[in-house]
Amino acid sequence: MPRRDDLGSILLIGSGPIVIGQGCEFDYSGTQAVRALREEGYRVVLVNSNPATIMTDPDLAHRTYIEPITAEWVERIIERERPQALLPTMGGQTALNVALDLHDRGVLERWNVELIGADARAIRMAEDREEFAAAMVRIGLNVPTGGFARTVDQALGIVDDIGYPAIIRPSFTLGGSGGGIAYNLEEFRVAVQRGLDLSPVNEVLIDRSVIGWKEYELEMMRDGADNVLVVCSIENVDPMGVHTGDSITVAPAQTLSDVEYQAMRDAAIAIIREIGVEAGGCNIQFAVNPGDGEMLVVEMNPRVSRSSALASKATGFPIARIGAKLAVGYRLDELPNDITRVTPASFEPVLDYVVVKFPRFAFEKFPAADPTLGVQMKAVGEAMAIGRTFKQAWQKGLRGLEIDRGAWVTGDRPQDDGLADDTEETLRAALRRPTADRPFQVKRALEKGCAPAEIHQVTGIDPWFLAQFAELVDAERWFAGLGVQGQGQVEDAAGAGLTGVDAAALRHMKRLGFSDQQLARLRSVTEREVRDLRWELGVRPTYQMVDTCAGEFPAATPYLYSAYESESEAPPSDARKVLILGSGPNRIGQGIEFDYCCVQAALALRADGFETIMVNSNPETVSTDFDISDRLYFEPLTLEDVIEIVAREQPEGVIVQLGGQTPLKLAKPLADLGVPILGTSVDAIDRAEDRDRFVDLCRSIGAAVPPNGVATSVEQAVRVAAKVGYPALVRPSYVLGGRAMEIVYDEASLRSYFERAVRASPDHPVLIDRFLEDAFEADVDAVCDGENVVIAGVMQHIEDAGVHSGDSACVLPPYLLKDEEVDEMRRLTRRFATELGVIGLINVQFAIRDGLVYVLEVNPRASRTVPFVAKATGIAFARAAARVMVGRSLADVGLDLETDPSPVGVAMKEAVFPFEKFNVDVILGPEMRSTGEVMGLDESFGMAYAKAQVSAGASLPTSGTVVVTVNNNDKATVTPIVRRLHELGFTIRATGGTARYLRARGVPAEPIFKVGEGRPDIADGIISGEVQLLINTPLGKKSQYDDYTMRRTAIAYRIPYCTTMSAASAAADAVIALTHRRREVRSLQERFGSDTARAGESGTASTSFPS
Amino acid sequence: MVPWVWPDRHRSDMFAGPMRLRDQPPGYLLLEDGRIFEGRMAGAEGVALGEVVFNTSLTGYQEILTDPSYAGQIVAMTAPHIGNYGVAPADAESARPHVAGFVVRELSLVHSSWRSQESLSSYLRRNGVVTLSEVDTRALTRHIRSAGAMRAALASAAVSEDSLRQRLAAHPRMEGLDLTGMVSTSQPYEVPPAGEERFLVVAYDFGMKSRSAELLAERCCRVRAVPRDTRFEEILDSGADGLFVSNGPGDPEAVVHALETIRRAAEDGIPVLGICLGHQLVARAFGGTTFKMRYGHRAGNHPVRRLSDGAVEITAQNHGFAVRGGEGVGIDAAPGLRLTHVNLNDGTVEGLEHRELPVFSVQYHPEAAPGPHDSIYLFDRFIEAMAQV
Repeated sequence: MPRRDDLGSILLIGSGPIVIGQGCEFDYSGTQAVRALREEGYRVVLVNSNPATIMTDPDLAHRTYIEPITAEWVERIIERERPQALLPTMGGQTALNVALDLHDRGVLERWNVELIGADARAIRMAEDREEFAAAMVRIGLNVPTGGFARTVDQALGIVDDIGYPAIIRPSFTLGGSGGGIAYNLEEFRVAVQRGLDLSPVNEVLIDRSVIGWKEYELEMMRDGADNVLVVCSIENVDPMGVHTGDSITVAPAQTLSDVEYQAMRDAAIAIIREIGVEAGGCNIQFAVNPGDGEMLVVEMNPRVSRSSALASKATGFPIARIGAKLAVGYRLDELPNDITRVTPASFEPVLDYVVVKFPRFAFEKFPAADPTLGVQMKAVGEAMAIGRTFKQAWQKGLRGLEIDRGAWVTGDRPQDDGLADDTEETLRAALRRPTADRPFQVKRALEKGCAPAEIHQVTGIDPWFLAQFAELVDAERWFAGLGVQGQGQVEDAAGAGLTGVDAAALRHMKRLGFSDQQLARLRSVTEREVRDLRWELGVRPTYQMVDTCAGEFPAATPYLYSAYESESEAPPSDARKVLILGSGPNRIGQGIEFDYCCVQAALALRADGFETIMVNSNPETVSTDFDISDRLYFEPLTLEDVIEIVAREQPEGVIVQLGGQTPLKLAKPLADLGVPILGTSVDAIDRAEDRDRFVDLCRSIGAAVPPNGVATSVEQAVRVAAKVGYPALVRPSYVLGGRAMEIVYDEASLRSYFERAVRASPDHPVLIDRFLEDAFEADVDAVCDGENVVIAGVMQHIEDAGVHSGDSACVLPPYLLKDEEVDEMRRLTRRFATELGVIGLINVQFAIRDGLVYVLEVNPRASRTVPFVAKATGIAFARAAARVMVGRSLADVGLDLETDPSPVGVAMKEAVFPFEKFNVDVILGPEMRSTGEVMGLDESFGMAYAKAQVSAGASLPTSGTVVVTVNNNDKATVTPIVRRLHELGFTIRATGGTARYLRARGVPAEPIFKVGEGRPDIADGIISGEVQLLINTPLGKKSQYDDYTMRRTAIAYRIPYCTTMSAASAAADAVIALTHRRREVRSLQERFGSDTARAGESGTASTSFPS
Repeated sequence: MVPWVWPDRHRSDMFAGPMRLRDQPPGYLLLEDGRIFEGRMAGAEGVALGEVVFNTSLTGYQEILTDPSYAGQIVAMTAPHIGNYGVAPADAESARPHVAGFVVRELSLVHSSWRSQESLSSYLRRNGVVTLSEVDTRALTRHIRSAGAMRAALASAAVSEDSLRQRLAAHPRMEGLDLTGMVSTSQPYEVPPAGEERFLVVAYDFGMKSRSAELLAERCCRVRAVPRDTRFEEILDSGADGLFVSNGPGDPEAVVHALETIRRAAEDGIPVLGICLGHQLVARAFGGTTFKMRYGHRAGNHPVRRLSDGAVEITAQNHGFAVRGGEGVGIDAAPGLRLTHVNLNDGTVEGLEHRELPVFSVQYHPEAAPGPHDSIYLFDRFIEAMAQV
């Protein structure tokens, strides 16, 4: 069955903004799918609201729509583009849900669009737990018994049968959102009610608890001829009870015998056939009772997933790419294995290495959130490591996480590992509760001499894994005591230096995965001393290939990892090469945007004839797709790991400015070791980052900065703040994403902050700036070749100053700034770029108050907004930046030096927050908390904002009731906004003071109770569906409790809310646009007039994306 | 919170044995071409001599160790961690390990499975399997891949290279070697049917894996395993409904038994199923030829196309020799035979059938153990063939 010729044009749906449970793995799969379909000559139409993605690069699909992913908007795209088929399996739950919605509304039938890959029946059977359970029973498999409930009473009936602990999962929510574990009746009632509310179909599943059971996943593929295979098995180190996305996972499975594994494989094959995934991938999750081997089917996803991305990276089998080809008719045996190129894809990959994936959490951003891990996912990213053994991969993975620990290293104080004190009781109690700290608590327990069997009993972690851990702890002790009197205690090594450490000892420890940093710590020496000795003794890593076949066949694709074996593979070439450092695990403040930049650089330089070498540890990304760069090193981004690759490859230079803070932090240490850094110099980076040098820089070019100072102690901070004046913005230096950034209003709050900030970053001083209240903020992105500068875009923030730039909505072009203010920002940006000698990208943040432009920050590196600006203007600045970094001029790379580019229409960026997952307040501040972003593109400001809001999950109403409750400062500002909404026909309700104020100014506002004033209150109104829009500004730190309840209720019921005046004003504009303007969609290609890519032609994608 | 308790036996012996890899005595694997791979002795003491081969299966080390087809071979596992789930008596494919030696990247010091009765290291020691751990098995695999499977010797570092080289030189090559005598049963034995007997299957035991007999028994066959030199008349007299020709070690060219029986049974209308060595003997019985492959197939993931409908089976493989294919679906020098299955990795013959007689055979292992179950249907086909007689 070769490719289907009856299809010409195929619509692919992306997954929208990055949220917890839906990360950039879908950019990876979607990008693969688009490339695979293009390669086959299909015309590909893509919709995704997320501008930070590589898949929305206008060079990739034939038609790229950055539009809301809802049935209403996607239908408009279908109407215009008339695709013959829709591939719904590449965009996560979002794409599946929209595809089902389009099917149910008759849209697909109306426009004659066929669902390929998985049809509506299969999607529903896999998604609907009742249908799924029935299907499993039909094929003789067991599911965790229990049942579905649509009321609390029904749920109580079920739990009476199965007992506690019980698991509650709402139907049809993302990433298990709203799920929970209940250990008693009271918790059960709460969890069921919450689940019913969150489920779009008001249904929850009550499961038999399989907490503590072993957890496995199989990644499956099936073609249209019913050939089925397992791409990868994955075993969770954390047993059942912790969401897979929050679990440490291992591939391949380690503790199943062949008998058990084959039984699981048989079951999986039966499942994919019964559910009827026609052509593509799916993942199936199993729970296995460790006591008797009983196997239950937990769930199945009839689409690519986070795990399939992981499995692709773990095995070298590109699941999404193959899945896309199967969806258009190919059989597995007609497709080649892209790694070996000579054997077919119809095989099951085998590994001669071990892969470990660690989740990356962001609890430091949400101190009020419950850090216990459970069935609802909380991780924001992940790092993967490949090692020849589990122990090696475990240690590499932990150092790839970049959590300021070096690697698997316990904290100096119990508090550093989430423990109140150092007693065994505390430790044992902590181990029972899975948290992000548990791996370190386990290590502490082993160091204290706890028996692995005992740790197994309280954690449920399989004894095999615990034995690996115990070996590592044992090895640490041995190494610490080598050649030391009094043997065996870490403290004894003090003063001994590296005496007694020989090549064999170093090799032994390296084979166990220890980093130089860890070894240095064990011997109380510096990392450098260990490295010097290691190099002197010739103990260097080897590099092995990920080849899908455990060495049985030669591999053609250099996808590599480090180990300490006897020989290296894939010898380096003598081509001109550039090493690009990626951004590591996604976290808040450093996500997909930087991967976009790294991929753009790889593509551009590859096209220019360089050999591109990518280093990254994030399995979700496009950059770690093995055919984006010429060579891929799947390695942690630490100095040791990177310097070894540099030493091996000897590139012309290393690009550090595109991957965010992770590679930037390595710039200086690499340069100190003589590694050429491409583009902007390390000194220029330091001039912009070091506060004193930054202030000097601003002074030298005549740029105003808010009054500021630096402090290294509390007392100094108090003195500086008094001089600078309150309110003051305080933050540690060298941070990204506003980590630990706060606005303090007085000395008391400064003192309380300062201790926390110092703890957050011990090595760096704290910066204190006067906070400019009521200022506008703006971001400028530019690219410079050392002489000339092109301003890519000037973006005005919608939210007022004080909200982190990553959390604020922003618009391009600026909508409320005067021309002279914009010109001044452009001028200053040019000055900064040339003064610093920037070669590559630069981002400058400004505040504008009373006609004065202040400089807040200068970042001579890629910013979070680079892809947004590229999508707004149609110009790939990141590619241009990469090219100037290797010595080309801006003119030479085709940029217009005379006129800065301008956006086509209005481009709005809106941030997306994880407030549904974390029970915390939604008020925005200087610490970034958004996980992702969306873009609204239109000719009008209001419609662009409306689209951005829809994409961010908040559909603005065009009629109904608006509830207003604002603080005194905002009452005057809100009045004209509310008046506009009233003119549009909305009913206005407001709390006491606000209502009186509005009525006194001619806006009829009916009173409504605040929470706590009486019933029914605002929360009741939201719950009973009587509120369609909420405008609320906080009253200040002290009296927030009632507001908090109200805002949480709005989140739970998905009621749009505005917490700033500028957002409320933009929302009013949006409502007007929705009421009066036509809702239209337009592709990027049409917007930019760059309609070069057509079906059947070798469009630009084939030249820029390798095929 | 954890609703079950780990059995005591695991608790007590979890860290029994040599806890530290670095304390294990050094050893090495010497290859015929002079290449040496270092490691640490982890199983029985002694010297192992044999043909070194690699197996890429991720699971199933116990089945592999006890598969009699590995007689005379030092088996290197490419999966880095071996022994994780211990040893369960039910998983043995024969009464004892048959490998000449065992090479792994890391032998697990503990075992964790509710099914496990013993750690693998203890099992290897108890059964005299000389084992080398901490070996760069990937480098070894890559070497075998390019240089071909070859003779090798495995010993503790206490044994000098010179003496080991001499012993290795004296060890016979695999080509031309009939090893079935080492593993064939000396007396006939029976496996009773699981249920009412439908058929009697006589199985030539050249080192038959127990799973094959079990699958036949599960299909209501009484399985009578007979020694390799059992004569046709004896088989005919026993009233066999079908003839099963088992897997086994060594060079098929050197095996002179059964060829005539296979031919005559088929001509008498008795259905014949051959697996692995059995398949090679079926081919040879009808004129086909076999050859030694460079490094063979030993894996649980090979794609095999079934020519009748084009379906792909993921198969378990263990062979160093193969049947020579012919033009189209022909089998070289055997006009009576026809190709039925082909390996998609390298195009080698994976299955054949007789154009007229009720004879079919496969090179791979439909009985799995270890490996995927995609091809178990072949046992049903054998049952159908017997039912049609």
